[in-house]
Amino acid sequence: MSEHHKETFITKYIFSLDHKMIAKQFLITGMFMGVVGMTLSLLFRLQLSNPGESFAVLEFFLGEKWAPGGVLDPNMYLALVTMHGTILVFWVLTAGLTGTFANFLIPLQIGARDMASGFMNMLSYWFFFAATVVLLSSLYVETGPASAGWTIYPPLSALPQAIPGSGLGQDLWLIAMTLFVVSSLLGGLNYIVTILNLRTKGMTMMRLPLTIWALLIVAILGVLSFPVLLSCSLLLIFDRSFGTSFYLSDIIIGGEALHNTGGSPILFEHLFWFLGHPEVYIILLPALGIVSEVISVNSRKPIFGYKAMVGALLVIALLSFVVWGHHMFLTGMDPFLGSVFTFTTLLIAIPSAVKVFNYLATLWRANIRFTPAMLFAIGFVSTFITGGLTGIILGDSALDINVHDTYFVTGHFHIVMGVSAIYGMMAGVYHWFPKMYGRMMNKKLGYFHFWVTFISAYGVFFPMHFLGLAGLPRRYYTNSAFPMFDELTNINEIITFFAIIGGLVQLLFIFNFFYSIFKGTKATENPWKSNTLEWTTPVERIHGNWPGEIPTVERWAYDYSKPDADDDFIPQTVPLKKGEIEH
Amino acid sequence: MTGILIGLIIAVSLIVLVQLLRVNELISQVKNEDPNLVNDEDNNTQGILAFSIMGVLFLASVLWQFKYWGIHILPPASSIHGATIDTLMRVTLALILFVFFITQPILAWFTLKYRGNSKRKAYYFVHNNKLELAWTIIPSLVLTPLIIYGLNVWNDITNTDTSNSKVIELYAKQFNWTARYSGDDNTLGKANFKLVEGLNELGVNMNDENAGDDIITREVHLVVGEPVLLKMRSQDVIHSAFLPHFRVQMNCVPGMITQFGFTPTQTTAEMKNQEGDDFEFVLLCNKICGAAHYNMKMKVIVESQDDYDAWIYSQKTLKNTLTVK
Repeated sequence: MSEHHKETFITKYIFSLDHKMIAKQFLITGMFMGVVGMTLSLLFRLQLSNPGESFAVLEFFLGEKWAPGGVLDPNMYLALVTMHGTILVFWVLTAGLTGTFANFLIPLQIGARDMASGFMNMLSYWFFFAATVVLLSSLYVETGPASAGWTIYPPLSALPQAIPGSGLGQDLWLIAMTLFVVSSLLGGLNYIVTILNLRTKGMTMMRLPLTIWALLIVAILGVLSFPVLLSCSLLLIFDRSFGTSFYLSDIIIGGEALHNTGGSPILFEHLFWFLGHPEVYIILLPALGIVSEVISVNSRKPIFGYKAMVGALLVIALLSFVVWGHHMFLTGMDPFLGSVFTFTTLLIAIPSAVKVFNYLATLWRANIRFTPAMLFAIGFVSTFITGGLTGIILGDSALDINVHDTYFVTGHFHIVMGVSAIYGMMAGVYHWFPKMYGRMMNKKLGYFHFWVTFISAYGVFFPMHFLGLAGLPRRYYTNSAFPMFDELTNINEIITFFAIIGGLVQLLFIFNFFYSIFKGTKATENPWKSNTLEWTTPVERIHGNWPGEIPTVERWAYDYSKPDADDDFIPQTVPLKKGEIEH
Repeated sequence: MTGILIGLIIAVSLIVLVQLLRVNELISQVKNEDPNLVNDEDNNTQGILAFSIMGVLFLASVLWQFKYWGIHILPPASSIHGATIDTLMRVTLALILFVFFITQPILAWFTLKYRGNSKRKAYYFVHNNKLELAWTIIPSLVLTPLIIYGLNVWNDITNTDTSNSKVIELYAKQFNWTARYSGDDNTLGKANFKLVEGLNELGVNMNDENAGDDIITREVHLVVGEPVLLKMRSQDVIHSAFLPHFRVQMNCVPGMITQFGFTPTQTTAEMKNQEGDDFEFVLLCNKICGAAHYNMKMKVIVESQDDYDAWIYSQKTLKNTLTVK
């Protein structure tokens, strides 16, 4: 298994069994979907800042049907919002983030030749690829893609009479999601088995880097919650196509009374959010793991409170299963149940606070090396604080009454989940790029990319809190129907301005990425002077990771700047000196 | 033509960028160092940048936004329970902003103060139980009263005594609202979606003795100081009845009846005095419901008992609309 066997183009680049290649496949597909998702958002941002105005670019992308005369069609607006959410939540921040870093880091950081099942791993990518193709194809159907919001609440998503997007587009969405769940389960089971069984000698659970802890917990969350989404989608498919009434009752649509009685859309919401809330942490935890690692390496300090960090991850994961009802305070759910969900939701602030303070303590008296990855990691701490704090308002059922489904929510989750997770992903790409491609990414472009992204991300999402507090609902095609929102136009213009700047600078990142793959300066084996095992592998990446024996682990991953050491880092493979205490 | 021009400009700038990067890297290779590794100079610049942008610029922009956009925030609640929500909101916001304006400056300050230097070594600080306990316990201690306070407000709002409230139904469908007043008996006649036909657009069962005096309207009129209980139904998809000025929101779900009780405290006229002549209370839809979701609204008027009486007597009861013709 260990020897570097001969491979053809197809087995090396396409149907690869090597976890490193599969990781890159996930990354590049995720980046591609990121560009698609971001472009969709820029298209609807144009309408929001300049309602009813004609834009050639809208007609260019959407055609005469969906943007007649360059003015966005209201149905298409909802479709764009829906597809933007779906793509970013699932395709970019779930598959793109976890798929990339779980595949890449798990075997390398625990000291394994590959995943427990390389074949399942390959299947996981190709199910994801199929899901991607199906989802993208829905952009081209006659009645438009799914338009009921990324949460696809029935009856809107169940009835083609209610909105054109609930026709074929919604079917394709559901098929894509089914394939996606299969991919995610195949990946998740593999990650769990690999982490539990294939750790190298000496790699005890409490010596695992925090990235691996985060990825393990994410995999468990995924395996427990994605099947619920699958059943939730299947029941919706039944209601749509086979005349069942799981979610439908007492409906008149298009002048016709439907036969369905006895179902409840609230059942759908419960099933959906039983996945939907853990999903938020499926997105966030890998970012937390990556950021912990990047901050520690570049602070040249051990991560502060390792055990507390692991504990906080576990508590957050556990709580994430009992808070889903906070998305449903106003559905007519029993108010007592609302109280319970308020209580559990606000508890999440405690482990989150522990994480933030531990990051600050790690930075305290550090020797910070500002790599682009480190900047993104620090940016993550900033957005995690900002977005986490507004969660205290939304998680409180009484306060939620007036900000629910307004732009306040949009601002909150984009900062704490969207931007934070993207920062985590960027930090990961900049940090592990030398190990992925054997070359360095351009530092100066990285700096420029970070600062423009940081300013424009806050420029886009911070003002949204004010829109929300002014009472502006999200998912409005335009706010010109209400005189009370007229004064908000200039805020919307500023948001769109920053969105365009922020979008353009991502192209610079993509340029840097591909330029560096081919032309970047050659990397050394351990350019960041890092302790973890992946940096003991040779620059020439081989199937099997280490040319000789698998290294043995002698210490934890965070011995940076240890007193009495020769260097400011001690790789995990270096045995403890006589009389040296582990930590 | 413009397409070709734009393409050309992009191509040229890409080539320029690539060449600049190559030159930059070649110069560094002459100096025999990897230009993409971080040196002390980078740490210095980035540390200062981090402090100026994450600390000064960001926090200044937050203050600027509060100063100039704070005025757009909804006026104080026009309902009794809404005032308690506003107070809870002020307490929570104060707490959040306090934590925000402590942690963000610390983060920015650390990035500047501890920016790297090849001559320095970081302080090996693995963990400290006292500190960790402190920042587990302090947030818990702060959160506990906040949670209890929030739950009390929630309880008061959702468990108010509605036996004396005037019952009004809000009926949602793509893409408009209809209101039904329960009439003199203050009880809504039963309804069934199968009975929706012609003029009986809400499907009211006219055989129900409570139905005859019900009144269907296109505006909601409320009496100031009088408690109301809104009962919501939907005909097709999920809608949400959102009355932001009263701090009222509840989903309208097909197949079930939801409700929300509150008491308005200010008349439309008073609000016009306070907020300007174009002020109106509104009911809007706040759950994505289709193409015209953004335009699904109904006017809400709060007035004195006399004005209300004058208005309601001018409306026709269901008995009149449905049976006379």
